[in-house]
Amino acid sequence: MEIQWQICSETNLALFFPKPVTLDKQRQCWALADIIKKMPEVIEVVIGMNTLSVFTVSLTLTELRNVEQALSELLNDMPSKTIEGKHVEIPVHYGGKYGPDLAAMSNDLNLSVEDVVNLHTEATYTVYFIGFQPGFPYLGGLSESLYFPRHAIPRTQVPAGSVGIGGEQTGVYPFESPGGWQLLGQTDTSLFDLTKDSPTLLNAGDTLKFTAIDIHE
Amino acid sequence: MKILAASALASIQDSGRLGYRSMGVGRNGAMDSWSLQAGNALIKNELNEPAIEISLGNLTIEFEEDVSFCLTGALYEAYLDDKRIPCYWRINAKANQTLKLVRPLQGMYTYLCVHGGFDIEPVLESTSTNTKAGFGGFEGRYLKADDTLNVKVASHLPVIGVARLTPTQMIRVIKSSEYECFTAASQEAFETQAWKLQTNSNRMGYRLAGESALEFAEPVEMSSHGVDIGMIQVPPQGQPIVLMADGQTTGGYPKIATVINADIGMMAQIRFGKACQFTLVGLEQALHEQQKRHHYIKQIKEYADEN
Repeated sequence: MEIQWQICSETNLALFFPKPVTLDKQRQCWALADIIKKMPEVIEVVIGMNTLSVFTVSLTLTELRNVEQALSELLNDMPSKTIEGKHVEIPVHYGGKYGPDLAAMSNDLNLSVEDVVNLHTEATYTVYFIGFQPGFPYLGGLSESLYFPRHAIPRTQVPAGSVGIGGEQTGVYPFESPGGWQLLGQTDTSLFDLTKDSPTLLNAGDTLKFTAIDIHE
Repeated sequence: MKILAASALASIQDSGRLGYRSMGVGRNGAMDSWSLQAGNALIKNELNEPAIEISLGNLTIEFEEDVSFCLTGALYEAYLDDKRIPCYWRINAKANQTLKLVRPLQGMYTYLCVHGGFDIEPVLESTSTNTKAGFGGFEGRYLKADDTLNVKVASHLPVIGVARLTPTQMIRVIKSSEYECFTAASQEAFETQAWKLQTNSNRMGYRLAGESALEFAEPVEMSSHGVDIGMIQVPPQGQPIVLMADGQTTGGYPKIATVINADIGMMAQIRFGKACQFTLVGLEQALHEQQKRHHYIKQIKEYADEN
């Protein structure tokens, strides 16, 4: 499958790697981001789940097409980057009021609540990127048996600390916000703190395990 | 200056926070950045100087020094002491005078700019308020009674007024990366039907509802990817959400289109319960319209600098 950059606004170009999501493709995203960040027209690069999103300064149409061309040429010789990150454990209250979607999700997946929690806590996840809101880690490594679509209508309020699943991804909401992910539980761990040198608890390349504090039906 | 009463949502905003999306920290900043720039140009400030953004309800402020100020964006019913004052005019207030913003008459977001600007410490290179994470602006939150903002300089400028941009509910958009994933009927409905702004809309996203929901030609489940203000996401139920200034840095719903940069301010000013309509334009026109907005700001700046 051929991949190409797509213009999404006057100042945004996006690249989507074909499914399935893999760590190898993410390593290519990390490497490409390092190169693209240095281009003079680029303000910032947002790494997504096997995707890249490039934000430029205000450009003319010709300049924008030139950036698109320069970005496309990078795809001919795709680099890769490995990050040796730290390992973090995040304790979670699963189910009940902490994870309002756990019971329904277990039911739809034909698994017991304990099975879902076991599958979710067994895996070692890799932080693919931080996005959505300050400190929100997008994690790769979710067991395929737990892949689950987002809600058709996103909730207007997801509580801070909520741990959820969106498609083939899992992650933690550091702050209260609207959101469409399936909520399994909640953690008390702070994921964003401006008083620290590195405000985000996690960074791309870190590894993470969830541990169950308790499970509520 | 001191806030005496606030039922309006009022926060400090500049043109937004750039460069921290890799930490998940989004743009924030003015919902209608063209109106913010118009205000700063009129009051002889740098275009990115922070202002108080006010939406819905009333706000009463007591000036503690002589201040030149202006109101741009949504037209507010406003009084300096008991005298009604117009928007888009440079006005002078004396110490101890009271500015009362009663209610917006048209539009949603108004900008109160003061000459010389407010003394606000930037956080991550911007003075914009991130109310969700609680940082930036004034203590990371909306303003309330008894808050005191320091104005950097006392000032008295000649009184002048400028024209505002004519509000419109016809919003121009360009196709986004998943436009082709929608059925032909939905692509047509997107442009032909009225989209009513729902009351659960806010600075993060404008939720719209139309008579017929938008349908995908086949189900699309995307990975999360970078998003920005103006991008129009369509969740599976088919009613679009326009991402606004407090929008998240990444999202996973497919995007049918993006509001052109020139029309973001027009989109922001649409009121709850009112409808907008979308018109597709090409990238070239989008960039041309953006140039026209820059020209409008430049004209205000030149006129303000001469007076």
